[in-house]
Amino acid sequence: MLLINCPWCGPHNESEYHYGGQAHVPYPDNPAELDDRQWAEYVFYRDNPKGPFAERWMHSHGCRRWFNALRDTVSYEVLATYRLDEPRPEPRVTDPAGEQR
Amino acid sequence: MTAQPQPAPPEHPDFLWRNPEPRSSYDVVIVGAGGHGLATAYYLAKEHGITDVAVLEKGWLAGGNMARNTTIIRSNYLWDESAAIYEHALKLWEGLPEELDYDFLFSQRGVLNLAHTLQDVREGMRRANANRLNGVDAEWLDPDQVAEVCPILNVSPHTRYPVLGGTFQPRAGIAKHDHVAWALARRADEMGVDLIQGCEVTGFVKDGEKVVGVETNLGRINAGRVGLAAAGHSSVLAERAGVRLPVQSHPLQALVSELHEPVHPTVVMSNHVHVYVSQAHKGELVMGAGVDSYNGYGQRGSFHVIEEQMAAAVELFPIFARAHVLRTWGGIVDVTPDASPIISATPVENLFVNCGWGTGGFKATPAAGLTFAHTIATGEAHALNAPFALDRFTTGALIDEHGAAAVAH
Ligand SMILES: Cc1cc2nc3c(=O)[nH]c(=O)nc-3n(C[C@H](O)[C@H](O)[C@H](O)COP(=O)(O)OP(=O)(O)OC[C@H]3O[C@@H](n4cnc5c(N)ncnc54)[C@H](O)[C@@H]3O)c2cc1C
Ligand SMILES: [Zn+2]
Repeated sequence: MLLINCPWCGPHNESEYHYGGQAHVPYPDNPAELDDRQWAEYVFYRDNPKGPFAERWMHSHGCRRWFNALRDTVSYEVLATYRLDEPRPEPRVTDPAGEQR
Repeated sequence: MTAQPQPAPPEHPDFLWRNPEPRSSYDVVIVGAGGHGLATAYYLAKEHGITDVAVLEKGWLAGGNMARNTTIIRSNYLWDESAAIYEHALKLWEGLPEELDYDFLFSQRGVLNLAHTLQDVREGMRRANANRLNGVDAEWLDPDQVAEVCPILNVSPHTRYPVLGGTFQPRAGIAKHDHVAWALARRADEMGVDLIQGCEVTGFVKDGEKVVGVETNLGRINAGRVGLAAAGHSSVLAERAGVRLPVQSHPLQALVSELHEPVHPTVVMSNHVHVYVSQAHKGELVMGAGVDSYNGYGQRGSFHVIEEQMAAAVELFPIFARAHVLRTWGGIVDVTPDASPIISATPVENLFVNCGWGTGGFKATPAAGLTFAHTIATGEAHALNAPFALDRFTTGALIDEHGAAAVAH
């Protein structure tokens, strides 16, 4: 079970959270101008890297807020968690217990 | 119906396959020697006379998801496109032991999919009716009939999620997965296919927008056509050829108990409380549950998934309360947005992909191989895999099987 640090509530077990897939996928700037292929990219295509991955989690059994996490998809180490209005940190920030802020 | 004592596993043939050095060039290179890669090679040779084929496997033959799955075979999917391909697979399974001259213990002991909520009941009845319209054997059973099929199931109304009924497909069942792989490998080898283990594809050789070979740890291998059958790693691999796939890789785990007397006569799956259980030929209980919610390549799963799956199993089968878990393991499955597979040409010429089978591709092995071989050999889709092309994510013609896929993802 992962130990995930909610930016508001601190470290809690994975089972308190809900997974939301890839982070930083912006809604298209000019939706009316997108062709079918571009819509498909926006709706269905996501990155699937082996290694650090920026993804969304929701603290559903806690504060019920969404936040982002940088997690390694091979070691499962949670490298950093951060608020939605913060930029993706560098992968080297490592403290799953949440000392980074 | 009570469980019959199982026959001892059959003896294997003396000789299974050669271990040749890779040649510098092949008509077709298949990446991944799981069930799908091996079946593709077998049908390329058998149906299309294409025998200048290499199957490249980074580990050992069929050591990926083929060796990790819970071996459930059924064809009770909701939509016409899925019913067609999975039912075709089931018909192939029914003839395959004889065709391959290899007893892989294909056992049509039936599969029960339980319903625990009113919505489950409605979905189950709808699916059973849809199945029958598609010529797939399916019945709706009430709780008493469920208990007749599987007497050790607790169908009392006093459990937390009582059994309100279930769909039953009598022709469904299980098969010994390793034996299936070895059976296909032996026949493909006999027809001249080179099966090359310890050979990892690390990149692609391209001539403009055309693939002309692969780079491997054993050197460059030229290829007229390349077919990817790399299951959980399909997107990582395709990306190296410049193709983006709409799949996400998730860990899926399973476990087995120690051996028990035969007590469990069929296969039971529950989508709602989320466990599926069968008893293997030797006597171990084989159990699976849902995928871990997050993306992962670690080939291990979360403990809380096992915990929930055990709780569900013990409530449904009180008789298992004191069974011991012997071994747990994980595999990496590639999941698509509509929970249906992709068997398709790609934007790169001569590069084909078979992926996105998620948690349920073992049952499809023969049909996946047959249709993928057809697509690679002719450059055209087979009628059965035409709806499963990559372009459905652009046209919107999705085949939403999240319900009938039966594993939460
Ligand atoms: C725990 C678990 C339970 C399951 N239960 C069921 C079930 O009950 N019923 C069912 O129908 N399905 C089930 N499945 C799904 C099923 O196992 C898969 O859908 C199916 O095996 C996928 O096709 P495959 O056999 O070719 O994959 P695999 O056997 O995984 O084959 C892919 C191969 O590609 C190789 N490979 C990857 N990358 C490279 C590379 N770069 N170079 C060379 N080789 C490479 C891998 O090593 C692997 O051997 C289950 C899966 C898991 C993990
Ligand atoms: Zn919180």
